[in-house]
Amino acid sequence: MKTDDLIRGLSADRVSGMGMDRVWGLTLALAVIAAGVVFFATMGPRPDFGAAAETVRFIFKFIVTIVLAATAWLVLRRLSMPGGRGGLLPMVMAPVMLIAAVLLELAVLPSSNVAMSVIGKNAMVCLVAIPAIGLLPLVIFLAGLRHGAPERPGLAGMVAGVLAGAVAATFYAAHCTDDSPLFVVTWYPLAIAIVAVAGAVAARIVVRW
Amino acid sequence: MNCVAHASETDLRKLLLAAINGDEAAYQRFLTRAAGLVRGFARRRCGALVDPEDIVQETLLAVHLKRHTWQTDAAVEPWLYAIARYKLVDAFRRKGRRIEVDIDGLADVLAAEPEAETLMARDVERVLDCLPAGQRNVVEAISVDGRSITETAVQFGMNEGAVRVALHRGLKTIAARFGKS
Repeated sequence: MKTDDLIRGLSADRVSGMGMDRVWGLTLALAVIAAGVVFFATMGPRPDFGAAAETVRFIFKFIVTIVLAATAWLVLRRLSMPGGRGGLLPMVMAPVMLIAAVLLELAVLPSSNVAMSVIGKNAMVCLVAIPAIGLLPLVIFLAGLRHGAPERPGLAGMVAGVLAGAVAATFYAAHCTDDSPLFVVTWYPLAIAIVAVAGAVAARIVVRW
Repeated sequence: MNCVAHASETDLRKLLLAAINGDEAAYQRFLTRAAGLVRGFARRRCGALVDPEDIVQETLLAVHLKRHTWQTDAAVEPWLYAIARYKLVDAFRRKGRRIEVDIDGLADVLAAEPEAETLMARDVERVLDCLPAGQRNVVEAISVDGRSITETAVQFGMNEGAVRVALHRGLKTIAARFGKS
């Protein structure tokens, strides 16, 4: 088939896909719903949620996971469209905030309590729960990437994994009784990294266009 | 030079915006312009391994099927060249794989080279052959024979909606199978 023939065929086809702004709005809504359903069906919030919600350390967990989710969402949206400018830089915001909180925590916490705060009581639960809650969101975000046209599918898949992990961590934070930034900085990134690696590997296979 | 580049971008944007609003003639002109730009881009980079015209066709298919990834406030050319670059890298990777398979006997590689090139040139034909008869008839009638949707519907005794669906599905299948196999 000559290129001019192909052009004639293409220009006769009026079917067009959903715009990417709507796609990323829709996928985010679906992912939050999916993560919420899995979270409330399996573990739910901790019993003392109301009292905990009045402590700074507890609230800060949500701030850092929501900031990570928001920045990853913005980066993912750009990576899904060819020629999109900008790198991963916005995603350092949450890590920087977390490191600052860790330094504050180390300043106020008696050194004898540091090891206990790092290890916490829920390390293994955290490492299992965040990937488990993040699985459906990851599938949803990969579907969004398939609809788009990422120039670097592996990288975009990794960011989709960070986003899915951050959404999952936001829910998990309501269950977990370890509120110290020392626990958060040790285990949350590890749990989210599991989802990020899964996203990068899966995207290289399923996100081809 | 800068001025020329700027004029080209402005024209492309006008044509693409008109196309999004349903102007088929504008869309045809846009794709023809885009093909010219991608052809230049591909010819400078392809070497002997990849047929530049295959990159042009693959890029046009992707531009068409992924045109919802262009945002009306973004520049058209960076978007277009990003798609062309992705398709070029993809084609080289496929070729690389094929060469690794062929390299067992050097004589085979030398003898096979011109043949491989003609095979590449017929990629779309081979993919067309793989389409279900219904989709293939519609895609050929509209693109090769230059019939309209209405004429095609009459020719095959289908309604126009079914023709549109068959055309879209056929183009999607071609894009998915292009260069694979």
